[in-house]
Parts: sequence; C-alpha cells; structure tokens
Amino acid sequence: MKPAAFAYRAPASVEEALALLEANREAKLLAGGQSLVPVLNFRLASPPLLIDLNRIDALAGVREEADGTLAIGAMTRHRAIETSERVRRANPLLAAAMPYVAHAQIRNRGTIGGSLAHADPAAELPAVCLACDAQMLIQHTRGTRRVAAHEFFTGFFSTALTGAEVLVEVRFPAWPAERRAGFAEVSRRHGDFALAGVALTADVKDGRCERARIALFGAEDLPRLARADMLLQQPLDAKRIAEAARAVAAGSQPRADHHASAEYRRELVEVLVRRALEQALAS
Amino acid sequence: MNGGVPVTMSVNGQEVSATLEPRVSLADFLRERLNLTGTHLGCEHGVCGACTVIVDGAAVRACLLFAVQLEGARVTTVEGLAPEGELTDLQRAFREHHALQCGFCTPGFLTTAHAFLLERPQPSADEVRAALSGNVCRCTGYLGIVEAVLATAQARAKA
Repeated sequence: MKPAAFAYRAPASVEEALALLEANREAKLLAGGQSLVPVLNFRLASPPLLIDLNRIDALAGVREEADGTLAIGAMTRHRAIETSERVRRANPLLAAAMPYVAHAQIRNRGTIGGSLAHADPAAELPAVCLACDAQMLIQHTRGTRRVAAHEFFTGFFSTALTGAEVLVEVRFPAWPAERRAGFAEVSRRHGDFALAGVALTADVKDGRCERARIALFGAEDLPRLARADMLLQQPLDAKRIAEAARAVAAGSQPRADHHASAEYRRELVEVLVRRALEQALAS
Repeated sequence: MNGGVPVTMSVNGQEVSATLEPRVSLADFLRERLNLTGTHLGCEHGVCGACTVIVDGAAVRACLLFAVQLEGARVTTVEGLAPEGELTDLQRAFREHHALQCGFCTPGFLTTAHAFLLERPQPSADEVRAALSGNVCRCTGYLGIVEAVLATAQARAKA
C-alpha cells in the first residue's frame, strides 16, 4: 500500500502555496496528513503534486482578539488546541470535544484546518464549528473571504472551498456568559469516528433558553444543525430536554453502514441529544 | 518534477541525510534505508499504531508522514529508547507483566507509552487506556499492557 508518485513542495507562505495551486489545479494541500495520506496510500487519490503547508509558521497558533473572538490558525495541531489554557477559557465546547478527536498519535499531527477541509461527516470539529457559529477565513490569490460554518459544509466530504483556495483560520465568536455547552458521542472504540454525536450550545437566562444550536455529526451524510426551536423561551428542564431529544431524533435521516443501522443511529441521536442537554443544564 | 528531495534529520541521536522520492513514508525510510526494522508496519493507513515513533517529543504514526517532511526533526524509534543491549524500565515492565506475546505491536506500544509517561508521569488506569487506544494488539487482551505502564509509573514515583 504505497501512494503513487507525486512531486512535493513545502512553501513558506500562503501566497507561495496559492501560486503553486494556481499553477497546478490538480495539486492537493497537505496539512497534518492524517486523512489525506491514507487516501493516497489506498490510491483513492493520486495528485501529481502535494503542497505541504507544514512549513508555513504563520498558519499555526491560537489567538484571542479584543472582542473575544478565538482565532485558530488552520495548521494548529489538535494536541495544541487540546492543551491550550486559552481554548479552555474561551470555548468550553471546543475544549470538551478535543479529547474525542481521534487518538493521541493522530492529535499530535492532525490539524483543525485539515479536519474541517476534509469534512468527514463523523468528525467532531465540523459539528463544534456549527454549534459555535464559527467562521472560516479562506484565502485566494485576490484576497480573503469568510464563510459561516453552516454554509461551509456542503455535502458528503464536501466544503465551500474551491481548488484555488486555502483555509487559513477558524474564527469562533466570543462566548457569552450565559452560554452552556454539551458534547456527547458514541464510537466503537475510544478515538474512532463517531457512530453518532452531538455538539451543542444553549444560551440560558433566568432558567429559560434564549438560543440553542444543536449540531449532529456521524449520524447523517453531513454534519448539520438540527431544529432547536422547541427549546426556545422554555425552561430547560428534564421534560423539555426529553421532548427536544425525541424531536431531533424523529427529524434525523441517519445513514446505515456496517458499523450501525439507521434505526440504531436514530436511537443514539435521541440519547446523545438528551445527555448533551443535561450536561449543558448542569454546567 | 518527481525527482529526489534532500532531507536531513536526526534518528536516535544520529544525523542522517538522504535524497528521497517524496512518496517514501517515514516508516519505509527507517526500515528500508536505515535498517531500523523495529518500527513495524501493520495497516499503513493510521489505524493500528504499530509504526508509532517519537518525532520532536510527540508520538506519531510513521506511516502517515513522508520522510521528506522531517527536515530538521528529531526522530526516536523503538531502537533508540535504550542504549544497545539494554532495556528501559518500561520495556522490562512489559516483559514482567506479559504485555506482549507475538510482539508485532510492541514497538508501537512502547514508543506511545514512553512519550505518554514523559508527559503524564502519574496517570490513572483510564488515562493509560485512552493514551493507548490508538494501538491495536491481537494477543494480550491489553490488560498486561495497561498494568506494565501503570507499574512503570508507580516504580518511577517511588524511585
């Protein structure tokens, strides 16, 4: 299982990477490589050129802006996010999700931008971005553009990125004081991709839920926000939580594969939404 | 355009230079160019953990890295954990706790656990299980492996 031959370049800047992409539309960007390299090894893809982003220091790092936005460079490794005090303070949902992102050896190498651009429907980070209304900062040769998470994931392993763009930063808006987080997933083995999972935020004021974002992953062909309006302006109590969990499960379209049937995944969605909401309530 | 790419890295404390086809994985480079065959290849797609090596202090899968990416890096393989002919305390604990049978997965467990204990010297049993979850063993049932890692941590705390 060896990849087909390819040429290799490791530019030192995003501009250089974009110029290489512009000249080689069939090229692939290499981030942490934890999903791309298996694809190459299986020869599911055989790009003529790999553009390695690992030498672009400007793409790695966690930054907090004056307005509380948490800006994470696309080449920041999972492990750096997992161990970041700043992340723990600024975004409890992202911090809660990180230990579930693959195994330690993969977190040591894999990057947030790579995971989001790969857009595996069972990955945790796309759902976290949806639940946090994160924005993707995308660079092309003529400038940058921002895409909201809910417009970024467009289908099965598909995103809004074109072949001539580089995802350079993920931007998580400031975390309001009243925001609670919940995260739950079920996988066959700790660190494996989830059979189903839920990442959610709920803004609770005086015991009432003013805003909720329930993101499902693993269960369907792409991560998505489920309807959460049944929670709004209601006291977040056990009865309401159970009803909301049932409603989200009823509205889901789970996939079936050799890991789990659609019926089992729908059951998981109900249980996981309930657990994640209970976590949010307890936090 | 597919010509060789020069790379220089440190492997087990020794500087090595080579000119390589970009598609040569770090695992194949270690095994076939440097004859460091302690790094085993199981699945070659990042699932089994047998090829785990330590790069700049972090346990990573050598089958998911291309050797040409390692310019300037410090690589430690299972051969580099202890001086020639010696065993680390962790390796001895593996022997004492029956943490290996056929031994195919063992290099990956040793490198993973070695890096983990440096980062987390006094882990709980659950933390050990989580840390080792990316390594597959088909012989031992894992109990001996978890015991060996915990015993090493306890012995180090007493020392």
